[in-house]
Amino acid sequence: MSYLEYNVQTVPTGARKLLHANWAIVILLTAVACIGFLMLYSVAGGDLGRWAEPQMKRFALGVVVMMIIGLVPIWFWRNMAGLAYLGALGLLILVEFFGVVGMGAQRWIDLGFMRLQPSEVMKIALVMILAAYYDWLPLSKVSRPFWVLFPVGLILTPTALVLKQPDLGTAILLIAGGGIVMFCAGVSWWYFIAVAAAAGALVFAVFTSRGQDWQLLQDYQYRRIDTFLDPSTDPLGAGYHITQSKIALGSGGWTGKGFMQGTQSRLNFLPEKHTDFIFTTLAEEFGFVGGFSLLTLYGLIILFCILSAIQNKDRFGSLLTLGVAATLFLFFAVNMSMVMGLAPVVGVPLPLVSFGGSAMLVLLAAFGLVQSAHIHRPRSR
Amino acid sequence: MKRSPKETDESAGLVTRRGLVLGGLQLGFMGALGLRMRQMQIEEADAYQLLAEENRINVRLIPPSRGVIFDRNGVPIADNSQNYRIVIVREDAGDVEEVIARLRRLVDLDEDDLERSLKEMYRRSPFVPITLVDRLSWEDVAEVAVNAPALPGITPDVGLSRHYPLGEDFAHIVGYVGPVSDNDLSKLEDPDPLLQIPKFQIGKIGLETKLEADLRGKAGTRQIEVNAAGRVMRELNRDDYTPGTDIQLTVDHGLQNYAQARLAGESAGSVVIDIETGDLLAMASSPSFDPDLFVRGISTTNYRELTENKYRPLFNKTVQGTYPPGSTFKMMTGLAALKAGVMGPEETVYCPGHMTVGGRRFHCWKRGGHGWMNLDDALTQSCDVYFYEAAQRTGIDTMAELCHQFGLGERFKLPVSAVAEGLIPSTKWKAQVRDEVWRPGDTINAAIGQGYVLSSPLQLAVMTARIASGRAVEPRLVKSIDGVEVTHEEAPPLEVSTSHLNMIRQSMYNVSNGRRGTARRSRIVADDIRMAGKTGTSQVRNITAAERARGVFRNDQLPWERRDHGLFVCYAPFDKPKYAVATVVEHGGGGSSAAAPPSRDILLYALYGDVPPLDAYPSDQREGIQEMHDSMVLRPRQKPPSGPTRA
Repeated sequence: MSYLEYNVQTVPTGARKLLHANWAIVILLTAVACIGFLMLYSVAGGDLGRWAEPQMKRFALGVVVMMIIGLVPIWFWRNMAGLAYLGALGLLILVEFFGVVGMGAQRWIDLGFMRLQPSEVMKIALVMILAAYYDWLPLSKVSRPFWVLFPVGLILTPTALVLKQPDLGTAILLIAGGGIVMFCAGVSWWYFIAVAAAAGALVFAVFTSRGQDWQLLQDYQYRRIDTFLDPSTDPLGAGYHITQSKIALGSGGWTGKGFMQGTQSRLNFLPEKHTDFIFTTLAEEFGFVGGFSLLTLYGLIILFCILSAIQNKDRFGSLLTLGVAATLFLFFAVNMSMVMGLAPVVGVPLPLVSFGGSAMLVLLAAFGLVQSAHIHRPRSR
Repeated sequence: MKRSPKETDESAGLVTRRGLVLGGLQLGFMGALGLRMRQMQIEEADAYQLLAEENRINVRLIPPSRGVIFDRNGVPIADNSQNYRIVIVREDAGDVEEVIARLRRLVDLDEDDLERSLKEMYRRSPFVPITLVDRLSWEDVAEVAVNAPALPGITPDVGLSRHYPLGEDFAHIVGYVGPVSDNDLSKLEDPDPLLQIPKFQIGKIGLETKLEADLRGKAGTRQIEVNAAGRVMRELNRDDYTPGTDIQLTVDHGLQNYAQARLAGESAGSVVIDIETGDLLAMASSPSFDPDLFVRGISTTNYRELTENKYRPLFNKTVQGTYPPGSTFKMMTGLAALKAGVMGPEETVYCPGHMTVGGRRFHCWKRGGHGWMNLDDALTQSCDVYFYEAAQRTGIDTMAELCHQFGLGERFKLPVSAVAEGLIPSTKWKAQVRDEVWRPGDTINAAIGQGYVLSSPLQLAVMTARIASGRAVEPRLVKSIDGVEVTHEEAPPLEVSTSHLNMIRQSMYNVSNGRRGTARRSRIVADDIRMAGKTGTSQVRNITAAERARGVFRNDQLPWERRDHGLFVCYAPFDKPKYAVATVVEHGGGGSSAAAPPSRDILLYALYGDVPPLDAYPSDQREGIQEMHDSMVLRPRQKPPSGPTRA
């Protein structure tokens, strides 16, 4: 095993591990979460207990979970990768039968104290299994068709299950997240070009299939695409979210209307103002300054992750770090594009800011893996 | 698998290169997001700000029209009238004080009302429309509309408001609606979103609240675009409301009006029931009040007037008031004795004017005594001692059982507020509730409808209807809901022998027609509609030995609160019973003088379907009756609105 080739003694042990944690990332994550608390307090109309307080509790729990995961050696997590993937897959199959129907889709398992979304767990488990796979696979085989098809299968199996729920947003994130790990592992550019071409063809097929017997997407998904392309056609129906979200965001101006002063969010134009559309409230109340600050914080998190991955000579650790960073990126990039009218409304939360238990916990657990990779990275003497 | 240091370096280099490419792409995308944000929030900010101001899409609820309540002929008792009002949206008004000061120059604003509305306005979200003034004239509304530019945030509006065209007549039965209060909301588990509409009217009392679920209807929605001034720019979508269900009552509006007018000036209640069907044709409670006062929001002065009036206008005497039935109860005592076989129909009892039981002396109302009395004599002349003896022989529990058969001590299921159960005492009741032993004296008191016995005019009317028909007639108030007749099972016969009932009926006939009958003055002389009845006078005070020694006070010497209640129950026609009436006049003095005349008049109206002709009255009373009818302010009988009837 590769880590044996490095001097294990150079890896910090015991409490000293904490000194070697990537504290920059912890601080940045906390800063983002604090913005989230503020906004949840604001959209609740100054009610702390409604969303902000439970969110704070979950964040505190999440940070503890992150540090515990971070202190466990990275090789343990690599050995767990297969188990994590199979477990997440099992949970996904389970929601097909026992899931609670929420928001029109079967996505949850009710654990009593929280609702678990197996698709969230799968996003991280997929990154883990792919990183472990490429850690195991000799470099020479990385771009061979057979050895490419295997990880593609790993990606598409859960994607198919998620699409069946149906949850288009998560399906896209799974494919994109998996693809990014494959890209980082060094799979040839040609595969990605081919997939892009195929995707273009698929989009073409999706549009031509509409109204035919073999229609590929649900009607509501088509409507979302339609209204994304031209929101003004249906200002109250499906285009409602996008139009209202753009108005709220755009009317924020340079510095916004002030904390708790956002008229658009206040007027309840946005039904999911505390979850998927929370960014509009931030942008409305704190304007460009507020929105750009959040974007910068996310950017810094990505940057620190990439730096950590580049420093890390352990293939599993660096791929995992890049994969987790990519997952975070995909979350906020898709969410922000959505509220700015650059992407259809697919129901992706703003990471660490949107109200929601399992998404936040899973994301912080993933950053625990990043910490573990960082703490236990091989060091030359 | 083991990897050579060369491969490790190669791998690390590859990951670094790809990682940097990926990072570059991600940062590039973030840059694009930042640029888009800049474009929307800085370059196009003005346009979006304008949109935010102008293009507010609101979903508003359309309150449904409340179900109309009709009388048995289809005449509306409670309907909805157009109501012009002025609505303010705080957020759009800007300087609320200034806007209201300007509005004040155009429209009269009631200070109390205004204060309440403003309090409500500051409590709710700034964009919720709040009604400032209600029930404006069209001229006032036009005035406000013309001055709209000077009144930001103010919009004239038209809505429906409950209206009671028959005013005071139905205040007790139908009740009234009022704006929903926090108290109302807190009582509901899952409140209808409609109730969030400020000043939305819901039933507060009476039928309006009992049948709220039927009457309310379902809200519609209206999706509208409003501009910065709060003005509706266009309606985007409309989902119309489902109106509330119409309800038809069994009550006749003319009879109800006549009964109210006939009882005016007294504190009294009177119930008219159809003996065959149980339909309640009138339930008059006097004095009454104007329900529209409550719809508008009653002022404290008016409210205090109503609550401090010793005649208790807010109290529904017909169902809520319970009184000792006095001698009207003697039919029950007599019938119970006959049924138990402890007293023969012709058996006589000697009345010396009093009777001693358990060491206590119980008096007959006639101090000198009636002498030898059989059942008919005793009922006709209302001899107390006869019934003391009859009750003693029967026993209270046997009597109570019979009373329940006749509806006394039973709470009838009517959709009006506070239907009282009354009280028919028994040994079991006294042991359980009062934890005391039943005493022989208690039976004596109960024999003449005094002591613990309590009943409402409604119960007495039902009792009379059951005596007249021999069937367990159930009272009903709702004739049809949404045009569907409320079905009524045929009343089952009572477990009483017809010959016994006939004896009681004959005696009741004699009460109002016999030479010595206590209600002879209130007889009906029209041959085909002879009336049977029974008077009752119930004491509200105990006659002390000292008073008795001085000679019992005459009622008119006593203060009003201490005078006797006057009661009368009757039905007609005697041969073919159609309607029964029970009347209680609180502190009215004797039953024959206070309660029998109005009961007779109300019964006659029911029989004739209009103000009765003079030849139904004894010839010596016609002049007085004519005078009385001339002085009564009656509402002319109405015809149901033309066109297809809704009820």
